[in-house]
Amino acid sequence: MDRFFTLDHGPCTLDKEVIMVLTNETIQQRLTEKFGELVFHFEESYGMLSFEASKENNLKIIQFLHDDAQLGFRFLTDLCAVNFPDQPGRELAVVYHLHNLTENVRIRFKVFTNITGPDIFTASKLFASANWMERETYDFYGVNFVGHPNLKRILNVDEMDYFPMRKEYPLEDQTRVDKDDEMFGRG
Amino acid sequence: MSRPVRFNIHPIEAKIGDAVSVAEAPQGYSGDGFFTSRLSDVVGLARKNSLWPLPFATSCCGIEFMASMAPHYDIARFGAERVGFSPRQCDLLMVMGTIAKKMGPVLRQVYLQMAEPRWVLAVGACASSGGIFDTYSVLQGIDQIIPVDVYVPGCPPRPEAILDGFMKIQDLVGQESIRRRNSEQYKALMNGYGIE
Repeated sequence: MDRFFTLDHGPCTLDKEVIMVLTNETIQQRLTEKFGELVFHFEESYGMLSFEASKENNLKIIQFLHDDAQLGFRFLTDLCAVNFPDQPGRELAVVYHLHNLTENVRIRFKVFTNITGPDIFTASKLFASANWMERETYDFYGVNFVGHPNLKRILNVDEMDYFPMRKEYPLEDQTRVDKDDEMFGRG
Repeated sequence: MSRPVRFNIHPIEAKIGDAVSVAEAPQGYSGDGFFTSRLSDVVGLARKNSLWPLPFATSCCGIEFMASMAPHYDIARFGAERVGFSPRQCDLLMVMGTIAKKMGPVLRQVYLQMAEPRWVLAVGACASSGGIFDTYSVLQGIDQIIPVDVYVPGCPPRPEAILDGFMKIQDLVGQESIRRRNSEQYKALMNGYGIE
């Protein structure tokens, strides 16, 4: 049995910090301390904090959420877009779902952009998983992720010439000729 | 009240003729030790009773096809004993399930890899017309990219319907002239799909 106690573990690098629960209030407080007016529209739905920032600051904020020792949002659960056609100038929202795996806390972070120039800085340098998710978001909503290494369609056919999840486009395939709209109650 | 127990004390004798069907000989002249007929009929008879299906199953219709292949329905009774998984060996492409637009070129390539003569059976609403998936990502019927011989309706069709479609294919195969694939109409049909 002795040999189990002769292993050299080396110097321990983990400092035991004071145990502190990461609540939505602390996250909001920490972000407002750091960014002030640059983060806004804090809201809590079903216990999950979500907030907004202007699209120029998205990377700064995600980087801070990732690097800050107290926040530690090191996992990008999801990245997607939402189309709001009735909000002029804010038609497209890009939503980042971030997860603190040690505290098991999730937040949502949104940036809005207009639909005529949907340029958003890519998060693929911070999270490798953002690469494909940004390609998907581009594929369906046409969000142009500036600095993305390989921004091309990922799920739809390459020949597709529009962004099908934008609400200006109908769900049905417009090139079909054999389905009579009147027969389907859409006449 | 419980039902009285009945025993089958008068079982019907099994007749081998009820279980085995023998293909009818084609029309022709026979005499002592010879039989003459049209080559097309003989070839058609041979082809229709030994079709090699290639299942291209992408969704629930494929599950029904599995039932059709299994002992209860048993597509092998119709001569399709040998389900092949190489397009180069098969005569009958059975497309079962939703074909997304991204799958379209794959299906087309599988069809092109099959040697002539080849037949196509579109099983189910999706393969025939896109079905309920009237949407931007789904091919609205495989006949937009490859020619189809028989359509089987249903969502999904029962194995009986798949077998019925298979028997319709057998009828087509049995009646097909051996010169059909060289005809101008057939070439025009293929050219209509961009196939040389």
